[in-house]
Amino acid sequence: MSATGTVIVPARKGLRPRQKESIAFYLFILPWMLGFVIFTFGPMIASAFLSLTSFSVMSAPTWIGTANYVTMVHTPLFWKSMGNTLFMVALDLPLGLIASLSAAVLLNQKLRGINVFRAIFYLPVLIPTIANILLWVWIFDKDSGILNVLLKLVGIPAQPWLTDELWSKPSLIFMNLWGVGSAMLIYLAGLKGVPVELHEAARIDGANTWQGFWKITMPLLSPTILFQLVIGVIYEFQIFTQGYILGGGPNFSTTFYVLELFNNAFRYLKMGYASAMAWVLFAVTLVITLLVFRSTPYWVYYEAERQR
Amino acid sequence: MSAQTNALMPAPKMKRSHLLRVPWLLYVVAILLSVTFLFPLFWMASTSLKSMEQAYAFPPVWIPNPVQWDNYAKIFTELPFLTFTINSILITVLNTTGVVLSSAVVAFGFSRLRAKGRDLLFILLISTIMLPSQVILVPTFILFKYLHWINTFLPLVVPAYFGGGAFNIFLLRQFFMTIPFEYDEAAIMDGASRWTIFWRIMLPLSKPALATVAVLNIVAVWTDFFGPLIYLNDLNKMTLAVGLSFLRGQHSAVLTLLMAGGMFTTLPILIIFFLAQRYFVEGIQLGGLKG
Repeated sequence: MSATGTVIVPARKGLRPRQKESIAFYLFILPWMLGFVIFTFGPMIASAFLSLTSFSVMSAPTWIGTANYVTMVHTPLFWKSMGNTLFMVALDLPLGLIASLSAAVLLNQKLRGINVFRAIFYLPVLIPTIANILLWVWIFDKDSGILNVLLKLVGIPAQPWLTDELWSKPSLIFMNLWGVGSAMLIYLAGLKGVPVELHEAARIDGANTWQGFWKITMPLLSPTILFQLVIGVIYEFQIFTQGYILGGGPNFSTTFYVLELFNNAFRYLKMGYASAMAWVLFAVTLVITLLVFRSTPYWVYYEAERQR
Repeated sequence: MSAQTNALMPAPKMKRSHLLRVPWLLYVVAILLSVTFLFPLFWMASTSLKSMEQAYAFPPVWIPNPVQWDNYAKIFTELPFLTFTINSILITVLNTTGVVLSSAVVAFGFSRLRAKGRDLLFILLISTIMLPSQVILVPTFILFKYLHWINTFLPLVVPAYFGGGAFNIFLLRQFFMTIPFEYDEAAIMDGASRWTIFWRIMLPLSKPALATVAVLNIVAVWTDFFGPLIYLNDLNKMTLAVGLSFLRGQHSAVLTLLMAGGMFTTLPILIIFFLAQRYFVEGIQLGGLKG
């Protein structure tokens, strides 16, 4: 390459396709770059600015500094809604992870008709959130709901479920157990990636099923679990529709963070305050996600690391 | 031996009893759980076909008798459900076309073309998956308001043509990476342009992946509640998902109609699922594993 004279011509030929390729690259990704600037980065900057203003859409935003954030700290409903969402992160997320992993292990068996079972377990995921919550409001109905009717038949007194401050969130968690199908499919794919030979070798060495599961399956599945955990954190922080349909729940017990944000933005037209709430949401999600990633050296096993 | 080669494989000495008993136990557990998983959907279907007396009857009536098909006709007279349906179809089709086209174009760039800054831009793209949509909610709403797009389908359709979502780009990029580069090189030798390679070679080879993106997006748009709730105002502009919630607001007492509306909103998705089952499975697993 560093030769002289004759290099000029091939170098030009060699450079041109490179440049052409670069230009082609930027042309191909142009739709996303435009979209990123117009629908993501621009709004992010605007949102950061608006979070420092008082803004009701009707008139121009007025600068109020960090007042929105200060107001937030002194608003009981902010803390309550954050608590409600964290409750779901702390209970709904791990329960869902355990349930979907268990379902995947169960349906990883080579049984006849296993695909039918898998489809059935997945089916509730397909019910739109709105139809699903309306359905469960009926199932959970205090007087005529099928759940209380069945409980009555076996002699257990009716429970207030969604209409009770203490019961409403656990009821939603119970309802969400019907949605383990999508995570289950991902675990099933992960389980298929566990080499049979490893289990056979372990068995020859005298390991039992339980040991095989914890020492072989779980480490190999841990990257999948990490992915589910991260996606799950984002998902739980986004809970909205259930709380919205339940009208925020008895004594605000299902007023989740995003519902409170929505109410401030579109019901009370406190757009600046809502933007500030959104940034707090982002920060909290980010901190929890980072904590999850920080914990990975202790429990996530990457095969590639063995080569180091 | 080869029948159960997986995590639950018991120690060799238990093998015989395992082969005799465990599959039956597994079947019983799987069937019981299946009944549990199917029950809510069955109960929605059942209630949607009952009279009000039967819906609230004690002991519960499992199979409606007589079957009240009338409930499904009634939802169309109570609220403009036909308009809701047309709106939902229109938005879903327009949005999905945009998502599939533009995410494929962008994914082609990220997977087949080299340029300075590509990896950095890709990291930027992936990191936007982490951003909660609420952060950009207010400014985006105001942007659409200034464009006079509120109460039109444009906010629910136009953004789909600008990249089609980071997750879809990522999913298609992963798929494009598996297609041998020899195809591109051979085509370039023959003087084909990048666009020709994309349009004539890459897209036809990627039909399964494109179908996956399309199917998952159809479900996402069809069931979206937040978007139409914010951007649409008029009753005759509403989608099925939000229109269904109006059924509750207007006639909270008419439970059977609510269930009929729920079934009507759910059925198209069930049909798509049974027609395109493998794309659901592949898409979820492709996105899930390579994450």
